[in-house]
Formats: sequence, C-alpha cells, structure tokens
Amino acid sequence: MAGKESGDIVMPVAAHTQTAPSDDTPRAISAMPSTGDRIFRGVLRGAGLSVFVITGLILVFLILRSIKAFKYRGLSFLTTQAWITTNPQHFGIAAILPLGILIALIAMVIAVPAGIGIALFISEYAPQSIRRTLIAIIDLMAAIPSIIYGLWGLLFLQPRILGFDGWLGRHLGFIPFFHYRKPYTPSAYLAQSTFIAGVVVSLMVIPIITSLSRQVFSQAPQGEREGAYALGSTRWGMVRTVVLPFGRGGVIGATMLGLGRALGETIAVTLIIAPVFAFNYHILESGGNSIAATIALYFASFPSAGSMGLSALMAAGLVLFGMTLIVNTLGAMVIGRSRSGQATND
Amino acid sequence: MTVDTEAAAPAAAPDRPLRLRRVTTEGALTLIGAAAGALGLVWVLYERVLPFTGAIGFWLCWYGTFLVLYAAMAALQWDKLTVRDRVAAVALWTGGLLATAIVIDQVAYTLVRGFAVVRHVGFFRQDMANEGPLSAQTVGGVRHAIIGTLEQITLATIIAVPLGIMAAVFLAEVGGRMSRPVRTIVDAMTALPDIISGLFILAFAILTLGMPRSGLAASLALAVTMLPIVTRASEAVLRIVPGTLREASYALGGSQWRTVLNVVLPTARSGLSTAVVLAMARGIGETAPVLLTAGYSRVTNVDPLHNWQTSLPLYIFYEIQLPQNTEKVRAFGAGFALVIVVLILFFIARRLGGVAPGELTRRQRREIAREGARATAREGAPS
Repeated sequence: MAGKESGDIVMPVAAHTQTAPSDDTPRAISAMPSTGDRIFRGVLRGAGLSVFVITGLILVFLILRSIKAFKYRGLSFLTTQAWITTNPQHFGIAAILPLGILIALIAMVIAVPAGIGIALFISEYAPQSIRRTLIAIIDLMAAIPSIIYGLWGLLFLQPRILGFDGWLGRHLGFIPFFHYRKPYTPSAYLAQSTFIAGVVVSLMVIPIITSLSRQVFSQAPQGEREGAYALGSTRWGMVRTVVLPFGRGGVIGATMLGLGRALGETIAVTLIIAPVFAFNYHILESGGNSIAATIALYFASFPSAGSMGLSALMAAGLVLFGMTLIVNTLGAMVIGRSRSGQATND
Repeated sequence: MTVDTEAAAPAAAPDRPLRLRRVTTEGALTLIGAAAGALGLVWVLYERVLPFTGAIGFWLCWYGTFLVLYAAMAALQWDKLTVRDRVAAVALWTGGLLATAIVIDQVAYTLVRGFAVVRHVGFFRQDMANEGPLSAQTVGGVRHAIIGTLEQITLATIIAVPLGIMAAVFLAEVGGRMSRPVRTIVDAMTALPDIISGLFILAFAILTLGMPRSGLAASLALAVTMLPIVTRASEAVLRIVPGTLREASYALGGSQWRTVLNVVLPTARSGLSTAVVLAMARGIGETAPVLLTAGYSRVTNVDPLHNWQTSLPLYIFYEIQLPQNTEKVRAFGAGFALVIVVLILFFIARRLGGVAPGELTRRQRREIAREGARATAREGAPS
C-alpha cells in the first residue's frame, strides 16, 4: 500500500512487491514507462480528477446563479424565516435550514442504533444461511427508489403512525419536542409532520449506515476475536471488546455519510411534509420543511433564467451543497482512515 | 459458550465437533415465556389500567416489557455475562427481522396497490394524452414514462459508466498522491443530495449553455449521481483481482495498459457488471435530478434531445399529488412498473455478483477446453 500511495515508484510491478526481507536494501527501480503507458495513465488520471472537476463545477455554477439573491438579501438571507420571492421579495433560510436539520436529526436518532444493530446482527449473530439473504435485503433497501419510500410513507405509514403520534403527545408531552399545542382529535393536525418525515428518512439512511459499518465490523481481526473467546468471553462480550472498538472509526464515518444523505433527502420529504416557513421544534405538529423540499416545490414557478425566485433557490441549494459536502467529506475521510489502517494490517 | 470439559479429556472417543449455536429447550422456552408474559402484562396495564391507546404504542410497550422480562427470566437461570449476551442477541435479531419486514412491506404494498390498474391491458400501451380529471381508470397509462425512463437511463449509463470505471482503474491501478483525495470525494459524492445534481445541470446546461429541458439533460443529471456509485463499486472489485495475475502479465513483458485491458478488467468482468447494474438500479429510481431537468410531458416523446420528457418516478411524483383516486391508483401502477424494473436489475446484479473475480463461467470453461483440444490436435498432427 505504501508503495502505491507514494507515487514516485514508476514501475508498476513495484506496487505489489512489498514483502522484501528487512535486512536487504532493495535496489532503486527506475524503469521508464513506455509512451503507451504514459498516455494510459494520463487518461486514467484525468478520469480520476474528473470528480474534482464535477464538484468544482457544481460549486462554481451554484455560486454564479445565486449571486443575485445573495446580493439582494445580504446577511438577512441567513436570518429570515420566509420565502416570498415575488414582489415584496422577502426570503431566507432561517426556517427551512433548521427544519431540514431537525428532520435529519430525527432520522439519525432512529437510524444510527438500528443501522449499527443490524450491521452487528449480520456480521456477528446471523447464521450463515440468513446472512447472505439479509445482506441482499439491506442492499435492496438502498436500491428502492426514494419515490417509493415517499408513496409508502404517505399512504401506508402515515395513517398508521398517527395514533402513535397522538400517544407520544399525550403521554410524553412534558418533553418540549413532543409537546403539542392543539387538540389531538382531527388527525389532520398531526399529519404531514416533521416526525413522520424523519421516520421515513431514517428508513432510507439505515441501509447506508448498515452496509458501511458491516464492512468495518467484518474486518475485525480474527485473532483478537478468538482471543476474547479463549479468555471466556460471551459473544456479546467479544462484540463489545473487539468488534465495536475496532469499528468505531467506520461507524462514525458511516453516521456522517448517513447524515449527509438525510440532510439532502428530497422526494420523500417533499411528498410527506406540509411546507411551512416558520421554525417550529414541536416535531409532532403538522408542517415541516427542508431546503431540498423547497427547491423541489418551487423551482417550477420560475421559468426565466434571471428571476430572483430561481436565484433564491440556487442560493438555498448552495447552502445545502456546502453543508452536505463538508459533512460527507469529513465522514469519507474518517472511513478512509479506518480503511487504510486495515490495509496496513494485511 | 460453554465448553464441555469432558470432551477434552482422554482421546478415547472419536472427536465430535461441538455445536456452538444449538437451540436449547430452556433457551426457547425462556424466549416464548417472556413474550407471552409481556403480552399479558402489557395488555392488562395498557388496555385496562393506564390511560394508553394506539396499536404502535402497544407493541412498543410490549417489546420493552418483553426485553425486561426476558432479562429477568434469564437472570434466574444464567450468570450475568450470559444474560447480557442473550438480551443483546434478542435485540439484534429484532433489528434484522424488522428491516426485512419493512422492505417486504414496501415492495408488497406498492405491488398490491399497483396491481389494480396494471391489470388493465392498456396501462402500458397508452400515454396520458386522452386522459382528463374525470377519465375512467382504463384510460391513461405509462407508455411515455417507460420510454422516457429507458432512454434516460441508457444515456446516463453511456455517460457515467466509462468515466466511472476509468476513475476506478485510476484508484486501483495507478494510485499516487491524488488517489486518496479522489477516493474521499467519490465517497462524499455517493451521499450527495440527489437534488443537487439536478440543480447543477439546471444551472450549468440549461440556464448557462441554453440546452432545453429534455431527456438528455435528465440523463446528464442522472449520470452525475451514478458516477460515484459506479466508481466505488468498481474499485472494490478491481482491488480483489489477485496481484499474481498482474505480475504474471508484467513478467511476460506486458505493459501496464495491456495488463489492465487484457488481464485486470476481463478478470473483474462479472463484478464490474454488478457495479454497472446496481448503479442503473439506483439511477432509474432517482426523481429529484429528473424533476429539475426533464420537464413533464403527458404525451409520448421518443426524442430525448428535444422537448420535455417524463420518466416513471417523475410520473409517480406528479400523479400522487393529484386529488382524484384514479390518479393515485395510476401512480401505484407506475410504482409497480418501477419496483419490478428495480427488482429485475437488482437480481441480475446479485446473480452476476455471485461469481468471484477470476472464476470462470461455464461458457468460458468450455471455450478453454475447446482451445486446449485444438492445441493438442495441432501439436499432435505433425509428429
């Protein structure tokens, strides 16, 4: 791995000869790659760097298109809880950004324990025969389109979860988040809430967290597992002392990537919430929003390129992109580090 | 994990492997007893004593009580470590079962609700041109959406797959200083909000370059979302191609590009196809990128370069928001089609993925045998 990463070894063979005896000093290899190889590598490097180009282009064009809105609103873009882009133009992300973060947080509260639990179950507890099926099911869960999650959440889950919503509000209403300021009886007061959107998004995040953490868990060194068993540990004791500490980095990274996904989930949230533009932390009450849902709902109203409405949406999209890019990149770095640590082991 | 001490004593009897995960009678009875006890207790408390109502709340309370009772019953029989082990095992089993149930429920719900309209033969043969708000269920269909979906996913695959696989080959074969940041960005892009790629194509191709809203614009947006998926999955496959194969090629004097094209990529072929098919399954269900870039059409448009086009997810998104019940049922019909397509792609991917890199298919083995027979015949003839 080290030879591959350092980049100054020119001959390709060198990448795979790492296990030289320690007392020999390896001869410096300085073969020149052929012209064909040099072109080949150049093309591949170009393809690799294209992901940077795409990310850069996204950033550049979102900034270009959002300048107008930023110029007009200035700092109040960050402090306004409204979205009026026609004449008395008064818009900002102070409501939709925290509302979206609230949905993502609810999703994470459910998805992180569930995802880690399922990952542990697959990698440690499930019998061999169930394991393959379960992995396939989690992969399928990731492949189910978000519009199907939206349909299911709106028409299957929502009518069934409303009773539970009311139950939470009645009995746990002393917790500020569950406090509910209207009568419970017409269930329309409870429908289309931040909480329901959060539950549906959590189902979409579970497969991400599960598959990433499962990969890390299954790489926990066999010797240490057997060591724990040999010392008389139970299976759960082994999981707690070997697998979980080993997988901590991967789990943190998986959680952050899941958070990035939850922050940006569009279609299921758009279908479920009743859009509002005032921040409200009472998650059981009807009404919620997110930046992505606002974009999906309002983009069609502004066909002309130069309109303020479109620029405002681009500005909101830029904020969302910046936020998720930071969260995801940190998560990917954490995962990459846990991965490279494992690479030096073998 | 109780090891039989007598088994390790004199080696008189033949070794019998110890079955570590046997289901014992008392283990099963403890489980059933805790479940039944919790059901009774919660029913009395929840329905009769406390002012609680609601089915989901009932089952949540039941599950909590069940865990407590199970722990208590286990504590009567086993030591503390075993109790923790058993409770953790039960909790984790629930997680696995719950995930399975949710996936099956989602798929089945869409299929069952969609079946009501899919039965009408015309549903896949008509578009929405003759359909109005008061039309019967038999009028109107998804032909235009299916055509749009197929064209868009084909174009997006043509754009994303070569670039994605080349990036993966860069990560796995070339490496160097840039490989780590590239891998980080690819990982970050896999979890990028799907609406951002739509917004990007809207800002870049449609507003700046003046491309019309069309199937091609939608394909570009889909390609942006599929690219990192292809790259990540392909890199994972390329990494498990045995290094000895590459070294053999180098030892025979092969250059790097020859080695990659003739040894590494063919060896990983099945895994690469899995990566492609999985990315297609993901791309086909994306709504948000298409929403911003394809427009929405009620009539069949086979030309992806001009005019607005509809895809299946987009069709569902608009139909489900209409108030009429017939429209909602049509949305489920389209959902039926979408789920079937995703399931087919998914199972193709699983089938392809079952083949390890370097493992030969039956056809390849036959070919090799035939080649060998021909070679012996050639050598045998002159002598």
